[in-house]
Amino acid sequence: MLKEIKILADHGKQYVPDLRKQPVSAMFRGRPVISSDITMALAAQAAELCPAGAIDSSSGAIDLGRCAFCNECAFALPEAYRFTNDYRIAATRREDLVIKAGQTEPLQIDETAVREGVRRLFRRSLKLRQVSAGGDNSCEMELGAAGNVNFDMGRYGIEFVASPRHADGIVITGPVSENMARALEICYEATPAPKIIILVGTDAISGGLFAGSPAVKRDFIENHHIDLYVPGNPAHPLTFINGVMDLLGL
Amino acid sequence: MNNSRYTEVRNGSSPAVFSEIPVIDYDLFYDEVTSMLTDERYHCLSYSCHRTGEGLKFICCIADDGSGDIRILSHVKKDDGTSLRSLTASCYAMHIFECEIHESHGVLFADHPWLKPVRYPHDRADRLSVMDNYPFYEMDSEELHEVGVGPIHAGVIEPGHFRFICNGERVLHLEIQLGYQHRGIEKLFTDAGDSLRRSLLAEDIAGDSAVAHGLAHAQLAESLAGFEPPASLQAERCIAMELERIAVHIGDTAALCGDVAYQLGQVACEALRTLVINTTQYWCGNRFGKGLIRPGGSNFPLNEEIAGEILRIIKEVDRRFGNVTECVYTLPSVLGRFEDIGTVTRKQATTVGAVGMAARTCGVPRDIRVTHPFQFYRQMEISPVMQETGDVLARGMLRALEVKESVKIIRRLIDSWKNCAKETGRPQYDLKFRPDSLAVSVTEGWRGEICHVALTDNLGNLAMYKIKDPSMHNWMALALAVRSQEISDFPVCNKSFNLSYCGNDL
Repeated sequence: MLKEIKILADHGKQYVPDLRKQPVSAMFRGRPVISSDITMALAAQAAELCPAGAIDSSSGAIDLGRCAFCNECAFALPEAYRFTNDYRIAATRREDLVIKAGQTEPLQIDETAVREGVRRLFRRSLKLRQVSAGGDNSCEMELGAAGNVNFDMGRYGIEFVASPRHADGIVITGPVSENMARALEICYEATPAPKIIILVGTDAISGGLFAGSPAVKRDFIENHHIDLYVPGNPAHPLTFINGVMDLLGL
Repeated sequence: MNNSRYTEVRNGSSPAVFSEIPVIDYDLFYDEVTSMLTDERYHCLSYSCHRTGEGLKFICCIADDGSGDIRILSHVKKDDGTSLRSLTASCYAMHIFECEIHESHGVLFADHPWLKPVRYPHDRADRLSVMDNYPFYEMDSEELHEVGVGPIHAGVIEPGHFRFICNGERVLHLEIQLGYQHRGIEKLFTDAGDSLRRSLLAEDIAGDSAVAHGLAHAQLAESLAGFEPPASLQAERCIAMELERIAVHIGDTAALCGDVAYQLGQVACEALRTLVINTTQYWCGNRFGKGLIRPGGSNFPLNEEIAGEILRIIKEVDRRFGNVTECVYTLPSVLGRFEDIGTVTRKQATTVGAVGMAARTCGVPRDIRVTHPFQFYRQMEISPVMQETGDVLARGMLRALEVKESVKIIRRLIDSWKNCAKETGRPQYDLKFRPDSLAVSVTEGWRGEICHVALTDNLGNLAMYKIKDPSMHNWMALALAVRSQEISDFPVCNKSFNLSYCGNDL
């Protein structure tokens, strides 16, 4: 008993009090900022070196849905690129993930893209089924961490559940491997309507480094409405939680 | 060293000249490999084949745990429709490699007990073999029933299908069907073009082992380019390896506690894991160490401030995790669920070729840091942590003890790092590879040995890239562990191994 008390005393309070404002390490790579006076030549150079094909060669814009957050553009061209530690980078529209040159303000989700009923039905309780379809287990572990003793998203009624039958939506990680495509479809079908789809991590949003691999089959993603995009490699628990809270209007 | 039967290389050092590796007759190859593998001193790191003008060229890398050498043997099979005598019949540990070769290239192995699918790769030889028609083992009896679980599981984990054959609550047989995670990653390595893209791919092989796989790749690229990393860089890499080991072991301890409803252990360990991965994030901006390991140098060279923070956190974690594990592993209600559950015997472990921590929990001292040291481990004495009982308790205890050991190793590494010249340079993504070379790189991740093998053509371009995650061997150990167990003990057995799905499926 004394040993347990000692552990509890060391443990203290672990929960993050304000999930909206929790500071993270300055080293964390979140929302990038691209210099407003980036030249065509620099943009082309950045696009050439980007291993994820996330940079537009004429405008220099970064697509966070493809970005691997490796910071190589910022290492090579610090005058044009830098990553801030702003982790609130989820979006309701795919095109909002493209960060343009000179764009310095934080990302705001487009509320007009939130489907009718999502907030009314899920605001107080959102149960989600997670499906990993070729994910590398880092996004999966971060989603697990979103419900842990530190981030505790359960305080807002947001939880992962064991069956699609109990869920209000699915959360997909991974580029969607061909071998998992059918199971993903079945899981979605098994989820009662109305239901939402959330993509977590670069791999899920665009295929990431695996886009174009013959082992990947993304028909499901292309044929369904996506309610929330959560970028990252992996997506930080705070990115996921803040994204979902924005979606729900919390 | 060359002799008439094989070439010898060292882990991560100069590659072998590919055209000088003796190509021997299959009968001689068979005798050589079986005579080595029947001695526990040797184990197979990698066995694969690729297509050449003469037919399929096979490359087998066998680790000599006594001398630290890696022997490379080769044979060629012409496309004459004949089968090869199966090595598995003599050395069961080869089963997974022969299954993989059969699945990818259609080679038949006579006497192989069961050439079952490994991962259903997109370029498999038999397109008619699909996920839906996996040849499950069947037992015909009215007394028995089957339980299918997955591919999608109750928790937030990767997909895989488990099929149990049970007699009442007792498991007679478990069949594990994998492949759902296959992303065609090996092919992407050869198509990648530069070392930067390959570095990112390596970190994505298994995200929970981003550092260990990243290092296996970086070491391989450096070996092919003849680049010797400075001591400071080697030490930094080993620190990252040990931080990864500590973080995952603590996270797994949380999961084990969670499975037996010991909530105090679970939440205390979750919080401690957060401390460790946030320290990795403090160092390199990513909680999993993605971006930290690069060939030729580092984007995040260690400095005094970060080293100080690492020392502070591991001291705190060491003390607190020590208190938690002391509690966990003396609590009768926990011990009742761990002790004598999911036992793998020493004999079983060596038979299936278990590696890493799965082997060390059964008294088999497999640790690449000791037998084939790499990076700064070459200058250190590492004593592998061992357990003998092979049950869930042993796998839990091993984690507790390895965390303590890794803390000590990091302290020694930081001491050494302080005393060495800080020569860590910028990463090099345009390393020029030696032509006609075969390089082997092995690291000891937290699960066990990770082996990357690469081959260059006459122009120095990558012609083949082969990856082996320790999970490939250890999934079979899990299947054996649950035999004769209550099916309700499967979750705790599974978590005690925590094997990688994507590492197996590639």
